[in-house]
Amino acid sequence: MLTAPKLDYALLAPILIILGAALLGVIVEAFVKQALRARLQLVIALAGISIAFGQLYLVRNEGSSIAAVTSVSIDGSGIFIQGAILLFAFLGILIIADQDHFAPQASALPGSSEEASALESGKQQTEVFPLTLFAVSGAMLFPIATDFITLFVALEVLSLPLYLMVGLSRRRRLLSQEAALKYFLLGAYSSAFFLFGAALLYGYSGSLSLNGLTDAIRGSGGNDVFLLLGAAFLSVGLLFKIGAVPFHSWTPDVYQGAPTPITGFMAAATKAAAFGATLRIFYIGLDAAQVSWKPAIAVIAVITMIFGSIAAISQRDIKRMLALSSIAHTGFVLIAVVSLNKSALSATLFYLVAYGLATIGAFGIVTLVRDSAGEVTDINRWVGLGKKSPLVAAVFSLFLLSFAGIPLTSGFVGKFAIFSAAYESGNIYLVVAGVLSSAIAVFFYLRLILMLFFAGETNGSVSVVIPSVLTRIAISISAIATVVLGLAPSLLLDVAQNFAYFLR
Amino acid sequence: MTTSTNLVYLIALPLFSAALLLLLGRIADKWGHIFATLISGSVFVIGVAEFFAMQGRDGEARAATQKVFEWISVGTFQVDASLLLDQLSICFVLLISGVGTLIHIYSIAYMSHDHDRRRFFAYLNLFIAAMLLLVLGDSYLNLYVGWEGVGLASYLLIGFWNQKPAYATAAKKAFVANRVGDLGLSLAIMIAFTQFGTVTFAGVKEGASGASAGALTAIGAMLLLAAAGKSAQFPLQSWLGDAMAGPTPVSALIHAATMVTAGVYLITRSNFIFDASPTAQLMVVIVGAITLLFGALIGTAKDDIKKALAASTMSQIGYMILATGLGPVGYAFAIMHLLTHGFFKAGMFLGAGSVMHGMNDEVNMRRYGAIRKVMPITAATFGLGYLAILGVPPFAGFYSKDKIIETAFNAGGIEGILLGGATLLGAAITAFYMTRVMVLTFAGTKRWDENAHPHESPILMWAPMAILAIGSVTSGFLLNSGSALVNWLQPVVNEHHEHHSEEFLPPLVVSTMALVFVAIGVAFAVLKYRTVPLIAPLDVSIFTKAARKDLYQDSFNEAVLMRPGQKLTAGLVITDYKVIDGLVRSVGWVIQTISSALRSIQNGYVRSYALIMVLGVLALVTAIWMVTL
Repeated sequence: MLTAPKLDYALLAPILIILGAALLGVIVEAFVKQALRARLQLVIALAGISIAFGQLYLVRNEGSSIAAVTSVSIDGSGIFIQGAILLFAFLGILIIADQDHFAPQASALPGSSEEASALESGKQQTEVFPLTLFAVSGAMLFPIATDFITLFVALEVLSLPLYLMVGLSRRRRLLSQEAALKYFLLGAYSSAFFLFGAALLYGYSGSLSLNGLTDAIRGSGGNDVFLLLGAAFLSVGLLFKIGAVPFHSWTPDVYQGAPTPITGFMAAATKAAAFGATLRIFYIGLDAAQVSWKPAIAVIAVITMIFGSIAAISQRDIKRMLALSSIAHTGFVLIAVVSLNKSALSATLFYLVAYGLATIGAFGIVTLVRDSAGEVTDINRWVGLGKKSPLVAAVFSLFLLSFAGIPLTSGFVGKFAIFSAAYESGNIYLVVAGVLSSAIAVFFYLRLILMLFFAGETNGSVSVVIPSVLTRIAISISAIATVVLGLAPSLLLDVAQNFAYFLR
Repeated sequence: MTTSTNLVYLIALPLFSAALLLLLGRIADKWGHIFATLISGSVFVIGVAEFFAMQGRDGEARAATQKVFEWISVGTFQVDASLLLDQLSICFVLLISGVGTLIHIYSIAYMSHDHDRRRFFAYLNLFIAAMLLLVLGDSYLNLYVGWEGVGLASYLLIGFWNQKPAYATAAKKAFVANRVGDLGLSLAIMIAFTQFGTVTFAGVKEGASGASAGALTAIGAMLLLAAAGKSAQFPLQSWLGDAMAGPTPVSALIHAATMVTAGVYLITRSNFIFDASPTAQLMVVIVGAITLLFGALIGTAKDDIKKALAASTMSQIGYMILATGLGPVGYAFAIMHLLTHGFFKAGMFLGAGSVMHGMNDEVNMRRYGAIRKVMPITAATFGLGYLAILGVPPFAGFYSKDKIIETAFNAGGIEGILLGGATLLGAAITAFYMTRVMVLTFAGTKRWDENAHPHESPILMWAPMAILAIGSVTSGFLLNSGSALVNWLQPVVNEHHEHHSEEFLPPLVVSTMALVFVAIGVAFAVLKYRTVPLIAPLDVSIFTKAARKDLYQDSFNEAVLMRPGQKLTAGLVITDYKVIDGLVRSVGWVIQTISSALRSIQNGYVRSYALIMVLGVLALVTAIWMVTL
């Protein structure tokens, strides 16, 4: 006889609201007239995200590890990251709303007559909105999941819509679809590792939950081949998602191929969700076995930072460069993961918000720089943009300075918080490596700023389109947040400190 | 120690006025000079009020302090922006604001044709503020701010007519030479801080009693370097002659009466350092003796009236520096000579300015002559200053200079004879070159340019000259009567009268000898300059040639410092480019190369990506496994 599980709907409501909005979006896509569809989808998505955020705000001080039996644990860190994801989703949707970036009919083969007629009719399919919302729901579930089944389901709910969204680009469709396929293949590959790791850990502990795993490690000691292999494989799945070296290979190709608004959204939201889950698994599930995995993850952090910083130097495509820069940032956050203390946790929370906002803003600006054939991502063609469009170039430079961690931007505060947390936990070599790779990274950020403002001839064919109101709002919010968090970081640091805890 | 709340206005008023006149710009052109003069005058009034208030207090309570704000607070290092007005500083406050105000008044007329008169007055007020901060600061660090401030004001005023490249160069030269001295002051402050943990005068004084001789000598030597820079003493003296490029009132105020005497103030203020270090004192007297002869010799050959007076200033400050090196007994006489010199030298500079004003800015004394007939007031005031500097009784210089000569002889032994001889010889040469200036300018026959129509200056100019002339006559007697100044300064310089026991020569003998030497100098000059050729003769002795070239001070500096310095910087530039930049560039090149190599891993094939992942998994598993072993 099965009994219905007892669910705490108030705490689960934010995810359920997003899922509901996504399902509503599917129905709208199927039944509402073409002319109304885009606007309605936008309203549903923004309303869904806003209501979900409102509900999240109402329950922000509650916590429960049995909200859905034992499969999720709603606690400070979970709520903070869910809030961050909703914020990123909101800004992402504002930029996605500029439908010019998406194929009118994604199912039409590139170069086919269906594609031509879809382009000609001017009709635009808007499945990207419900897809985004589905991905958001997965992203919100991932950081609060506490058993391996839920973790895997959340990972797939997050990933599957993203695979599709990456292939939706209106221009250079083959590149976009190639990126989607690569992402899918490698994602499936890493999911297999994740699942395999989960199975091994189940075999070791006899339990699917992170708490059960901890109890087993405490009971039997951490030296067991199932545990170690399981932990390694599970880590691979997570490291893939956050884009750590050597599981990062997909990042530049996918970031480049995806429609730019999607790139911005996934760079911010996926990273936040995946780091949320990673933190929970390492802080709660594998904490007791930290002597085994900490050195390996620390080495990965160092390699990731240095690889990302060095490889970015020789990139000629702005989106690939930002992709490699995001890899370097992954390395910085991994420093906090291995530091395993409360200040590292709150530093990570701050960093994810600061980085995510600047990323959405930066990719938002990339959507604006175009020539007659669409977006211009060749860095050499951005030369002299500062003379043509000083405001856009200045705001882009602001985001770059934040990425570089220059004081008075949020990026500086984030890096400082992470480095000081690592120093506190005694990982001084990680701080040294972090500072050195920051120094390398400054080179290509500043070189880009130099090219924007001080170098050579202005490229005549490139221009900045006048952004839509929504895009402008999104970029403005990102830019203002980047400055405000740089000048008055305690606004968010205090919040992050209050929310930096996990419930078992 | 009394707490005062008024001291800050002494500095704040002129500083505010300077800022106002500079910020308002041309709007203030009409009234800027009046405003600045009134401000300077009110500073003098405050100074006089403070002086009488101080006289009303007794002993310990005479010195007044005011903490303006907490300036630096780092760990145990605390510096307040505090002011100290004691018996020593009040002398300077009165001199600076008093002579300063007279020169403000004089400048109203002197600069009346200058387009930038307002800016000139703003700089003058800036100078007054900085100089007062210099003498009122209660710590070396506060003094240092004023020290730099007067350096800046001096630079701005020497280069006031910077449209002439030579004047701009002169300003730069003064600035650079002063920077060398400033380096000494900053080093002295740093050594004091490491030794005593504080930089206040009181704190350093307390610490000095227990400090090692080496540290005190080091501080003393560095302070002497600072004094040499600011007061144009050997070996940093070369800038003062060129500084005469500035408008003449500036030469009178800054480069005769006040700023250049800051070195004397610094050494007197640091008496506790020098009294405890005989080595440092010896260095001070040597520098003073060399400079007093050096300046006097240069003065004998200068045809430019201002440069002759500048050489004289250098020489007179040499007297003061020498006196400060003679220990407790010398400080008061150094300050006395400083004050009397402030009157007669400022008066003579203003007189020179007055002559130039009437002679179309002609400075060559060979084109003067017989000016006493057309400018009787200028000639009279200048003449009184002349008698004062010669040390003819009862004029001011007689009291102050004779005391220094006397004290020099009393130093005892060979040292006393050498120093006393140097001061006597200096007095004779002084008499020679000052008589030369007098004769060339005011006596003899007209040698004027045909366009020159000299006339007496307006009252705004001659009134200050007259007041300074009164000072030149009376100040020595007033300061010396009943040892007034010596007693007044006693609490600051710790003078105890026991030193007078062993007199080398009775004062009357010293005075007589000095007068004889002076008479010889005067006679020699009068005889030599009965006729004056318009062009300086070329067939002159090697000494005259050397003196005309400022005893080769510039050639020396250029050969020993400038050219090797330029070579050194050129070498450093090459090193910077080849070694430092080369290193940085090669790091950049290595990283670029690695970056390109990494790019090739990113080849776009899913199969290679998957392979990299597998290798990564293997490495991760191995790493975790190996750690656990």
